[in-house]
Amino acid sequence: MALTKAELSEALFDELGLNKREAKEFVDLFFEEIRGRLEAGEEVKLSGFGNFELRSKNQRPGRNPKTGEEIPISARRVVTFRPGQKLRLRVELDASD
Amino acid sequence: MTKSELIERLAARQTHLMQKDVELAVKQILDRISLALARQDRVEIRGFGSFALHHRPSRVGRNPKTGEPVTIPAKHVPHFKPGKEMRERVNAGAATHPIVVSTSVDADNDD
Repeated sequence: MALTKAELSEALFDELGLNKREAKEFVDLFFEEIRGRLEAGEEVKLSGFGNFELRSKNQRPGRNPKTGEEIPISARRVVTFRPGQKLRLRVELDASD
Repeated sequence: MTKSELIERLAARQTHLMQKDVELAVKQILDRISLALARQDRVEIRGFGSFALHHRPSRVGRNPKTGEPVTIPAKHVPHFKPGKEMRERVNAGAATHPIVVSTSVDADNDD
């Protein structure tokens, strides 16, 4: 089962004793704050976790996969995530098979 | 924005919480996400994005010093896929906000 905002709120309730409303509000605000900074063109660096970076992509040729018709993919700004060393190692070790 | 700046910003908007609690809450959220990934679970935050693991098969690399071939074992790497609202807002921001690369050093660096 995927981890969602509901479980994150639950964790703040269980571990920090925030009430359910505060916990939900905090989780919403946490993601909104990061999204808002990225929207404002600011990169977000969370040490021990990873960095959300911004990249500008030029227009490039594309195709409608259904009709095969050529349509250019417009220039755009995208967000990429670079996991930090700590997270990479944690995932590599625990999830190795 | 760094983690310390995120904590400050959240504390300024959640004045009923102590700065210390905001700090713990931020750590708790990041820790839960990391833990889910370490357990090979997905993380799905609607409107923000999802985190999942991508598998990297084992490959032969080279020791850059000696040139000797070494087998690099298979591993998993975290991958983030931005959600619809995130994609749209980040792209819309391009029209009005140039990209600022933060130069501030995080006081909370625990990498």
